[in-house]
Amino acid sequence: MISFVLRRLLQMVPIILAIAAVIFLMFSVIPGTFVSSMNDDGRSVIDAEVASRINKEFGLDDPVYVRFGKYVGQLATLDLGTSFRTRQPVTTVLADRMWPTAQLAFASMLFAIVFGVPLGFIAALRPGSWIDTISMVSAVSGLSLPKFWLGLMLMYVFALVLGWLPSFGYGDGSIRYLILPSIALGVAPMALLARTTRAAVLEIMNADFVRTARAKGMSEARMVRWHLTRNASVIVITTIGLQFGTVIGQAVVVEKLFAWPGLGSLLVDSVTLRDIPVVQGAILVIVLFFLLINTLVDVVCAIIDPRIKYT
Amino acid sequence: MTGQALLEVEDLRVDLSVNGRSFPAVQDVSFSIRRGETFGLVGESGCGKSITALALIGLLRNPLSIAGGSIRFHGQELLDLSPGGLRKLRGSRISMIFQEPMTALNPLSPVGRQIAEMFVLHKGANWSEAERQAVEALARVRVPAPERRVKDYPHQLSGGMRQRVMIAMALACGPDLLLADEPTTALDVTVQAEILDLIRELSAAQGTAVLMISHDLGLIANMCQNVGVMYAGRLIEQRAADSIFLTPRHPYTQGLVASLPLLGARSKFGRKKLKEIEGVVPPVVAFPPGCRFNPRCHAATDLCRAEDPVVTPLPDSGLVRCHYHD
Repeated sequence: MISFVLRRLLQMVPIILAIAAVIFLMFSVIPGTFVSSMNDDGRSVIDAEVASRINKEFGLDDPVYVRFGKYVGQLATLDLGTSFRTRQPVTTVLADRMWPTAQLAFASMLFAIVFGVPLGFIAALRPGSWIDTISMVSAVSGLSLPKFWLGLMLMYVFALVLGWLPSFGYGDGSIRYLILPSIALGVAPMALLARTTRAAVLEIMNADFVRTARAKGMSEARMVRWHLTRNASVIVITTIGLQFGTVIGQAVVVEKLFAWPGLGSLLVDSVTLRDIPVVQGAILVIVLFFLLINTLVDVVCAIIDPRIKYT
Repeated sequence: MTGQALLEVEDLRVDLSVNGRSFPAVQDVSFSIRRGETFGLVGESGCGKSITALALIGLLRNPLSIAGGSIRFHGQELLDLSPGGLRKLRGSRISMIFQEPMTALNPLSPVGRQIAEMFVLHKGANWSEAERQAVEALARVRVPAPERRVKDYPHQLSGGMRQRVMIAMALACGPDLLLADEPTTALDVTVQAEILDLIRELSAAQGTAVLMISHDLGLIANMCQNVGVMYAGRLIEQRAADSIFLTPRHPYTQGLVASLPLLGARSKFGRKKLKEIEGVVPPVVAFPPGCRFNPRCHAATDLCRAEDPVVTPLPDSGLVRCHYHD
């Protein structure tokens, strides 16, 4: 069990290295540099001497392979470099932004799980009923609503018209600020979870061992408790893990919309300014987070399902 | 028939509904099983054997449903029972074992716990007491080291062991009737014999009657006192086991018996091809008019194609459904 977890953690190292290489090469190929992005904002024109000094300071005039070598060397010592823009260590910049994003991701997944899983469950126990129809129609709508539109509508209704909740920002970090962005971000995974749960439960309802349970004289309620829930949970938990990754990716849109000081909005700003060390660092943290969640999911599934071997 | 009837099935009809139309998947099925008797139900796949068994235990699911007839168990009409009342009988008085022991057991639950559920459900035992009884139940079906095996999951056991677990579960509460739906079809031949011996021995010891469903005539001849042959949702011949294989009266039964390989037949009669019944069982939605067997029958006449034969009693107290039974 412990060696299984350790092995899974070790397997993450080559994945992270590969992703680091891809990001690095991508940003050395795309047009635009830190200096050119400063020209782009139109307020000032950087003269050639300053430009070359900046490039020299950040080592931007070295060939790609030299820069990549340096970058990997830094990574090995867990040094993510220095932000071009703020000249702070990237690790410091990220540390400030990581917590709000984690909060947002967990809150929206919590919303998705608390509403999506029971909805799918009830729908599956009464297939074809009005509950089933309503929940599946809302699930499809939830999946197809654009996040920025949904976010704007939430702001309009709950902040502007009703005045119950703040419309944007992190504020003092209280839960009131978290609610609207979490819903905006959590509706799509909720819809997907409802559908997955419904499909999983329906599939297991037709399984032979459920027929055996009925043949044993078990009531439907007992059958659901003793046999169905556990078997369906493997599929549902796997979906939750995958949805975590999607949520963090889509947090970029919602964070930008709600002016949420997380990794997503940092990433968008840093890409625009070609603040490459911050971009690379932010993506690596997101990847790491995704890998950790999925390792956790694998461990939980292996505990529930004895057929999964600890290898 | 001698002895008291435990189960009496009369004119059972099960309908298959397709797009709002009903088709009889099982029709006019009547038979009875005495206490401690083993009754065999034979026929090709798709002739309604399993549907009959599921109907008896009240486990038919959409699109199948009981459309008529009567099922009396200990004289009590099962079709009049509430779902809750029927549920109490299931597992305790009537239990069932299935063909595929891998999928019939929950893969995520230790087999001991799945057996223990029976004692919790029907005997009011608590879990620790039930788990202890599960060890005994496994020992009765001759699973070696039962106290260790109870912790195993189904995928850790062989097919034969899994079927033993199913039997232990089905017989846990000492039922009066065991429905065995092709219990050995998915197993190796050597394991088949062991499992059948086990069913025979335990049912005899507990006085449990068995409804043995199979397409294997040899097995039925070995295990059963009485045999019903099903074709296209109907019982077409019903006789004592020792006479039906010697003097089959219905052309379908004759065909089944003739298609059996006989050990030593080659040295006696020379090399011959095994006989077969040509064609396949018609689907429920397309039964032919007249006798349902007529398209495949070598002796079919215009009468067979026009008129449905009725059940006729035979001198040896058997029953046959054929215009030309003599």
